[in-house]
Amino acid sequence: MIGKKDLEHIGWLARLELSEEDKEKYTPKLNSILDYFGEIDKADTEGVEPLYHVLPMNNVFREDVPTRSLSQEEALSNAPKNQDGFIKAPRMM
Amino acid sequence: MASINELTERIHADSSEEIVAEYLERITNSRLNAFITVSKESALLQAQEIDAKGHDGPLAGIPIAIKDNISTKGIMTTCASKILTGYIPPYDAHVIEKLKNAGAIIIGKTNMDEFAMGSSTETSFYGPTLNAWDMTRVPGGSSGGSAAAVAGGEAPLSLGSDTGGSVRCPASFCGVVGLKPTYGVISRYGLISYANSLEQIGPFASSVRDVATLFDVIAGHDPRDSTSVKREGNYSPALENDVNGLKIGIPEEYFGEGIDRNVEKSVRDAINTLEELGATSMEVKMPHTKYALSAYYIIAMSEASSNLARFDGMRYGLRTEDHDWHTTFSHVRADGFGDEVKRRILLGTYALSAGYLDKYYLKALKIRTLIKQDFERAFKDADVLIAPTMPYPAFKIGEKIDDPISLYLADVETVPINLAGVPSISLPCGFSGSLPIGMQVIGKHFDEAAILRTAYTFEENTDFHKEGS
Amino acid sequence: MYENPDGVMIGLEVHVQLNKLRTKVFCGCTTDYHNDPPNSHVCPVCLGLPGSLPVINKKAVEAAIKVGLALNCTIEEHTQFYRKNYYYPDLPKGFQITQYDFPISSGGYITIEGEDGEHRVGITRAHMEEDPGRLVHEGTIDKSKYTLIDYNRSGMALLEVVSDPDMRSPKEARRYLDKLRNILEYLDIFDGDLEGALRVDANISIMGGQRAEIKNISSHKGAERALLFEIVRQKNVLRRGGVVVQETRHFDEAREITLSMRSKEEAHDYRYFPEPDLVPLKISGWAPAIKAILPELPDARRLRFVEQYGITDDHAKALTSERKFAIFYEDVAKKVDPKMAAVWVCDVLKGELNYRDLPVEAFNKEHMLSVIYLLMNKKITEDGAVDIIRTLLDKGGTPDEVVKEKGLLKVEDDIVSTAAEEAIKENLQAVADYRAGKEKALNSLVGAVMKKTKGRADARTAREILLDKLG
Ligand SMILES: [Mg+2]
Ligand SMILES: [Zn+2]
Repeated sequence: MIGKKDLEHIGWLARLELSEEDKEKYTPKLNSILDYFGEIDKADTEGVEPLYHVLPMNNVFREDVPTRSLSQEEALSNAPKNQDGFIKAPRMM
Repeated sequence: MASINELTERIHADSSEEIVAEYLERITNSRLNAFITVSKESALLQAQEIDAKGHDGPLAGIPIAIKDNISTKGIMTTCASKILTGYIPPYDAHVIEKLKNAGAIIIGKTNMDEFAMGSSTETSFYGPTLNAWDMTRVPGGSSGGSAAAVAGGEAPLSLGSDTGGSVRCPASFCGVVGLKPTYGVISRYGLISYANSLEQIGPFASSVRDVATLFDVIAGHDPRDSTSVKREGNYSPALENDVNGLKIGIPEEYFGEGIDRNVEKSVRDAINTLEELGATSMEVKMPHTKYALSAYYIIAMSEASSNLARFDGMRYGLRTEDHDWHTTFSHVRADGFGDEVKRRILLGTYALSAGYLDKYYLKALKIRTLIKQDFERAFKDADVLIAPTMPYPAFKIGEKIDDPISLYLADVETVPINLAGVPSISLPCGFSGSLPIGMQVIGKHFDEAAILRTAYTFEENTDFHKEGS
Repeated sequence: MYENPDGVMIGLEVHVQLNKLRTKVFCGCTTDYHNDPPNSHVCPVCLGLPGSLPVINKKAVEAAIKVGLALNCTIEEHTQFYRKNYYYPDLPKGFQITQYDFPISSGGYITIEGEDGEHRVGITRAHMEEDPGRLVHEGTIDKSKYTLIDYNRSGMALLEVVSDPDMRSPKEARRYLDKLRNILEYLDIFDGDLEGALRVDANISIMGGQRAEIKNISSHKGAERALLFEIVRQKNVLRRGGVVVQETRHFDEAREITLSMRSKEEAHDYRYFPEPDLVPLKISGWAPAIKAILPELPDARRLRFVEQYGITDDHAKALTSERKFAIFYEDVAKKVDPKMAAVWVCDVLKGELNYRDLPVEAFNKEHMLSVIYLLMNKKITEDGAVDIIRTLLDKGGTPDEVVKEKGLLKVEDDIVSTAAEEAIKENLQAVADYRAGKEKALNSLVGAVMKKTKGRADARTAREILLDKLG
């Protein structure tokens, strides 16, 4: 069960600001979904390996050869704020 | 609905520009809300160029609609989310490069569930798309705009993406053909990730032949996608009107509780039709199907919580007022994402977090192994599997939107396919009242040829796909 | 045995940029960005644009294996990349692609000159990851009104070398860093002179207390200073009866102090999971093949120098402590007396370079050879040779030019002999004093000879000739 404190912590980890109203709204729905997910507890997975990649591929590489980069103009074209070629982010503290 | 061949003839007789203009006209007059962005000027310009210079590509001069989670250089790409407001990719997805080389003309970007998270195209920031067969109903999702565009005659071809059924579901609800290829057959480079380990881009058209033609164009190895396999698209030759000796597996678990009676009957009738044409059928057991939905959602949400971390308003998209960076990031994301996306990010974050990883994420991946083994066992006996695509026909707009679990349950027939990474094609196989019903033909890894041939044979011998809306 | 009175335990996490690769670790952008405008060497991948996908640079994996082998690590045959999920403005995707379970190498060591002789520092692991972008603050990090981001650095291949907490003093930490840098340069995968090439996070505890993690250290000297400050700070806390809390601290390079960064940031939960966009690496067979062609490492070269050139271990150690120096020496030693070369390259040239804070490239190898040839042929004095080296470093030119300009050619022995005879005749009192047992009187006679030869005589030769003549 996700309580209010848990939800605040998850919200913090995910950088999603949650208002009091959001917390009220989300908690029951998230819990009913988790409750439903509880179904998987019944599956017997003793000795079963997790499947991360559905195809058994490995060793895919590129050679150390430069390819075309974006121009500075293209790189900055979508940035809401920029200055002197830098992308401008909020203050740190 | 015009086929690629018919359109090609008309382009030679008249011009691509005329064809494109006709489709643009239909989009403008439509109430379906299938498109987020219509690239009118660039489409017309491209058509004029092809008319002037000629082009010998397989899709020369033919318009195509693209789901708005596939990056298109110079055309806004939003994933139907407020957070990507104004984002114009400086690069083309691999499939877009391939389409351009084939002479196709991108007429616009289609509506979808926000970040492909949904089965109804109701979670879009740009409002819901309507079903062309009944405008009070959803077109399915998440590629609802792409399916609706084909069903409504607003584009002869379109691309969607299928993470847990997002191509097949709307194909089924809209009465068109949609293919989810084997994982790795189409490059994901440029597809904005929802759940990387599950999803593939897939083609929509009004016939199996056109789906195959489009698939041939966009399939193939791409060194920019490490999960892309070294196979080129050459599936059209598989389209033979012949299922003699084909062994069809019927997974009974897909015909169980919660399946609409009309849907079940239509799919079983379709299997009978194929048997009359020379195929044989058998029951196959897929005992872990009941865990697939939960496992799917846990994996998808976990990956999504990480994939969607990059949307912070610094390099692209929505930016709110600046405070310290923590606060700013949290505000941007709270303001930019819709409720369903937030729910999935929160649940995915939870499923990966300390103390819960084993219980949710790892457990789900172990179930994924079992599901894949179910398919491997079934395919020891059967060449293809046939099942309903969706448990029921298109539901009403608003009917399920406030009940996430009932909405998730709609995906019960489609998600196991993504967990196993096998290919599946959805095609019309009947009607429930005025609403189309879709069935899916599922194949072994890389055996798109078998499912295309099965689907083609069924289509050649029935008329369901010809009944326009 | 070193007592370690304060119970200092230091462990270092060093981020090494594999900056001699041509391209970044997951995209084809160039690594050659150091003199270019911000955000001019970025692409959809390293800028984290939606839809972009990483592909592993094969050479980066090979370089990582090289380093692992050089640090005596075990190279894993199965390795994989993970996502480390956290937010920071320099991180374009909201996660860093790094390694977690199955790092490419682990369980090695580095031998350093410790407080009490040779000391082994364990290497926990050395894993691959991608570099974030570079942040620029106006003024200081805590006062700046905004943050500027340059993503040119984003996606550079990094190797994070994590040590065991085996260092017992700031000096040992510095020696460890020097040695690590030296090994990396021998492997030819790393240029330590480039900005941001090597960055250090230090963990330090005293008396078995809680550890502090110090971030943002960019030089070896900085590491030593930060750790010295931190020992004093932690001791003061304890002396006042306080408790040293586990925390992250930021090193303020300008003020040479560490500052607490305590904030909500501490509530980390990185939610590692395997990167779905990259497939696993199965690299059995790679390590033996790379080991076979691994270049000679500093310790091996040091032993070889002693054996091959007959020089002292101290000389060999000093000469091999920097790859470029070792190469410089060896090129010289092959053409002249290697022992003489060791004295002049190691004792003289290295000292003069250090004094001026210059790299070895500042001195021409051919010039070194010329100077030694002049000495071997007794054309110049040792003082003259030192003078030439200093002049070349300060003003440039060639040894011949300096010799000519300064008149450094040594005078012949018979001229010294004549001058000695004259000196004896003209300084009878000094001669008498010397004979009476005043050794010092000889110095004034040597001085007289030097004066007569205008300083071009070799003082030692002059003394020998005088002694000979005085019987
Ligand atoms: Mg690290
Ligand atoms: Zn790049």
